[in-house]
Amino acid sequence: MNQKNILEVKKLNMMYTTLEGNVNAVKDVSFEIKKGSSFGLVGESGCGKTSVAMTLMQLQSDNAKIVSGNIIFNGQEMVGLNEKELRKIRWGGISIVFQGAMNAWNPVIKIGEQIREAIREHYPENTRSENTNKINTLFKMVGLEPNVADRYPHELSGGMKQRAVIALSLSCDPKLIIADEPTTALDVVIQDQILKEIKKVQEDLDLSLIYISHDIAVIAEMTDYMAVMYAGRIVETGKTKDIFKNPKHSYTRMLLDSTPSIIGDKKMLKSLDGEPPSLMDNFSGCSFAPRCPQPSDNCSSGNAEMGLIEVGDGHFADKCCVECG
Amino acid sequence: MKKNIIEVKNLSKYFEVSRGIFQKKSIVKAVDDISFFIPQGESLGLVGQSGCGKTTTARTLTLLEEKTKGSVNVYNSKTNLLESIDNLDEDQLKEFRRNIQMIFQDPYEAMNPRWTIKDTVKEPLLIHNLGSPEEQEEAVKEILKTVGLTPPENYLNRYPHELSGGQRQRVAIARALIMKPKFVICDEPTSMLDVSIRISIMDLMLELARDLGVSYLYITHDLAVARYMCNRIAVMFNGKIVEIAETEELLKNPVHPYTKRLISSIPVPDPTYERKVYDINFDEIDSLIEKHGSDKPMIDIGNEHYIATHDVKGLI
Repeated sequence: MNQKNILEVKKLNMMYTTLEGNVNAVKDVSFEIKKGSSFGLVGESGCGKTSVAMTLMQLQSDNAKIVSGNIIFNGQEMVGLNEKELRKIRWGGISIVFQGAMNAWNPVIKIGEQIREAIREHYPENTRSENTNKINTLFKMVGLEPNVADRYPHELSGGMKQRAVIALSLSCDPKLIIADEPTTALDVVIQDQILKEIKKVQEDLDLSLIYISHDIAVIAEMTDYMAVMYAGRIVETGKTKDIFKNPKHSYTRMLLDSTPSIIGDKKMLKSLDGEPPSLMDNFSGCSFAPRCPQPSDNCSSGNAEMGLIEVGDGHFADKCCVECG
Repeated sequence: MKKNIIEVKNLSKYFEVSRGIFQKKSIVKAVDDISFFIPQGESLGLVGQSGCGKTTTARTLTLLEEKTKGSVNVYNSKTNLLESIDNLDEDQLKEFRRNIQMIFQDPYEAMNPRWTIKDTVKEPLLIHNLGSPEEQEEAVKEILKTVGLTPPENYLNRYPHELSGGQRQRVAIARALIMKPKFVICDEPTSMLDVSIRISIMDLMLELARDLGVSYLYITHDLAVARYMCNRIAVMFNGKIVEIAETEELLKNPVHPYTKRLISSIPVPDPTYERKVYDINFDEIDSLIEKHGSDKPMIDIGNEHYIATHDVKGLI
């Protein structure tokens, strides 16, 4: 493992077993995250973004199974670890801010106590006052007053609850934070404040960040590197700047063309018709071909060769799309 | 000059909030003395944060809430005149409701899960007793085609849970348009939808505005969406409209501190773009408004760009 990387994911495959059949939610996903950098995962609902996040934490539901692949965190293989070993890594090594996490607080326990619980689990030797100090420091970091610790979740606004969730995710000194759509339920001004808070904390504590979103504008602002997911696969990955400047996959281009912006000339946006394929089918060839605006004969026939090839410095895209141009 | 489809003057909606039996009731000014108009075929964006009064405005205009003060005049397609919404008798109320329709934020909650799509879309025709059953069915098919659910036969007998979010929102649009209204209020109609579907719904609504001459009041918190959809934008803060202008003018030359703050918080899909930081907190904006007024009528600073203040220089 490269010393500069905090996380390496190699050829990860995960599937859900359901009554109707197997759902291949994550297919051959590989990426690495450099220490202190931020990495964005973008794609439409159901493309496997959250499944990747859950698999990294090994918090996937009971009917999910890692079929193959490696997750190497800080030099340690995580696939195959038992629950006890995983508990050390969760929160202490990798922590996650769930989608809609602000509604995940226990309504009858004060915010501070819930954070204390997590800290106690990882640092049983800490005294109560040490933990109180820690919570105060965390709250200061995310822009909350210390007295919020003595409040119940229903007494806080959505933005405050989400800040408290970020404080919780930082409580056991993780090295990597996974933020899964942390601002979707919030309005733009609060979203902006939370994004700034996350950025600041990431810089102050030199954390690595995985930022998951369907909003490509947020990914543009938050991340150094990014990957575009479609139907369980990564179809393009590289430096965020390179991908926005020179998108190679037609799905990436369509995502960019369908995002309204308040700067530049007003342009007509292009809609992305159709729906992503069912992940239950074992389709051959390009999964995006049915929605692609200009598929070649090869793409539609199902003979297209899939797999990422390098198109620039650290910039990879699906072979099929690169060859179509 | 285009005719106006709706004219709102000094509209207010106050709610009484009781804080316990021994305490005096306090008043929340959810909508506080707002005025605007929308010309035929144009759309006005109403933008602002959650809780600023956008939805209350919509509910007041559609008579789902009774207004506290002010006047609202809506175009009546029968008489070809703008008519007040006060003191309508039952027949007039029905007529009013034909002319003004609403599309809600959440297409999952806005439909009866036990009704087929046909029943859902046909309901307004039944209520207004329009046409024979055959004509009604024909109208349903026609409108489903208009909103892109083709062939309509595939959808008539399905239930909402069998449709995707985008398809449901199309059904909601069909239900609103089947009465051929001239004015539709849209309350964040795309915020629950996936990015890929969002544009096709917005394009559909723009197309319908062009082809059928529908006007929209488009409520959203996302200025980027408002820019795509609207001819003009009204910015709302704490129940008041603080700035109204033509869309591009507002985005290029925002004057009110709240508008500037709102614009500076919209993420931009370009990693090389440095957003202007305009970090003024809401208490500061509040005290600026307090000091330099939210006097009505709003003043025109040129290009039909209106600000709610008596002292533009003091405000900025």
